[in-house]
Amino acid sequence: MKCDMCGNNQASVHLTEVINDKVTKLHLCEECAKIKSEEMQSHFGLTDLLAGLMDLGPAMSEDGVDPSVTVQCPVCLMTYYDFQKNGKLGCGKCYDIFQRNLSELLRKIHGADRHVGKMPFAGKKIVEEQKDMQKIRSELNELIKKEEFEKAAILRDRIKDLEKEMENEAGAE
Amino acid sequence: MKINDLLNKKSEWLNREGPKSNIAISTRVRLARNLKKHLYFNRADRDQREETLNEVMQGIKKSKFFKNALFLKIKDISELDRAFLIERHLMSKEHAMDIDSKGLVIEEKEILSVMINEEDHIRFQVMQSGFNIMGTWSVIDGIDTEVGQYLPFDYSNIFGYLTSCPTNTGTGLRASVMLHLSALVMTEQIDKVFQAISKLGLTMRGFYGEGTEALGNFFQISNQVALGHSEMDILDNLERIIAKIIAREEETRNNLVAKRKREINDRIHRSFGTLKSARIITSSETIKLLSDIRLGSDLGLLEGIETDLINEILLVTQPAHLQKINSKKIAPFERDIKRADLVRKKLGEE
Ligand SMILES: [Zn+2]
Ligand SMILES: [Zn+2]
Repeated sequence: MKCDMCGNNQASVHLTEVINDKVTKLHLCEECAKIKSEEMQSHFGLTDLLAGLMDLGPAMSEDGVDPSVTVQCPVCLMTYYDFQKNGKLGCGKCYDIFQRNLSELLRKIHGADRHVGKMPFAGKKIVEEQKDMQKIRSELNELIKKEEFEKAAILRDRIKDLEKEMENEAGAE
Repeated sequence: MKINDLLNKKSEWLNREGPKSNIAISTRVRLARNLKKHLYFNRADRDQREETLNEVMQGIKKSKFFKNALFLKIKDISELDRAFLIERHLMSKEHAMDIDSKGLVIEEKEILSVMINEEDHIRFQVMQSGFNIMGTWSVIDGIDTEVGQYLPFDYSNIFGYLTSCPTNTGTGLRASVMLHLSALVMTEQIDKVFQAISKLGLTMRGFYGEGTEALGNFFQISNQVALGHSEMDILDNLERIIAKIIAREEETRNNLVAKRKREINDRIHRSFGTLKSARIITSSETIKLLSDIRLGSDLGLLEGIETDLINEILLVTQPAHLQKINSKKIAPFERDIKRADLVRKKLGEE
């Protein structure tokens, strides 16, 4: 795709602008995007721009083949080049396949490439673990009553591990 | 519930009970989620898109938050209704474009909504009146946790919640507050705010008509970073910065009244006079004049005009709302006439 502004270079930056109630898509080369971004900076945030400033990935490898064109996600059949063209990934597996390129891109956008925060099912998991914990504790009491101290020690370690896990999860929530 | 029912009641986020509603109109938080093992919308074929739509609809139907909700397929509703829902901030413009296999769920009070098969499989949205970031978050957090028990959200231990666009990866969180910053615009401080905002990892957007001045001095500020910080950190950062902007706007408003009262008073009453007597009025002129009225009402220079009435007029004078109220399609020029009639009626004029 050619750049919408100069019509010359390959477009690598994709912007969505809302002007007068119309959504306009702009495809720009990096140079024009810089000019445009200076124009827009006072009006728009940089999110959209950053969304387009995709890491171009490794250039030609030794055999002259650009991996961004040849490496394909096995699930959605997308290449990194496809992603650079439209700014959207095709499926969750893309994150595995293009992990290296994406990490770099995510650092540019967010300043980080590791998630901190909420996890799905966390609440439910903790409830289940607490049930497990109660069960283990009562088993432990039984063993102590029966004076089976070796088995009790194993259970005690298990409880400690579980507690640590739960603490970590609570911290991540 | 039907779409037309929305017309006859006020969106709850428009009332002025929210904190700092003199400056902050509304707070919106959205979460982007995708289902495991389903291709993203842009990559899925028709059948896969339909499958996702049905699965998500079924999952949301189980939720206690959406008991009396409206479940819509976008392709089943008219173009006018789509525009109407966009004006009410219940869906995005993008959602109304490629309409096959797209869904929308709207809860009774219009505080919660879910776009299905927009850019991501699921976009939860919660909207509250005023400046209420943490309150809005706690609602959406609860919905996400509950619905997450019925639907398998795609999640990676490294990247967090996986989204179609990498700008949302991680928390999938975007929180935004709509602010009315008349005094900062009037005193030409708004450019400085823009510059500061972009350095702080936030985004600020104005609403632009033809001119360069943001329409009605309304601005939306939101977080830009979604990865590498917890939801709480992201929201806390946004909240602290917006609180500062609000304080600055308030301070400037007070200074304006102290130093330029006659000039401000003149502007506000002229705008009020025009709104009360115009027979033809465009949408952008309406927004500009209402912005002045909103300021005047907050400064105590206009008696008897409440902020929620102004918010309501802002909403119902939009093109699709006008046509819904009149139950027919209306050409732009005739709309300007109907708009002027409606504004006068709302302001108690003949
Ligand atoms: Zn160019
Ligand atoms: Zn893929």
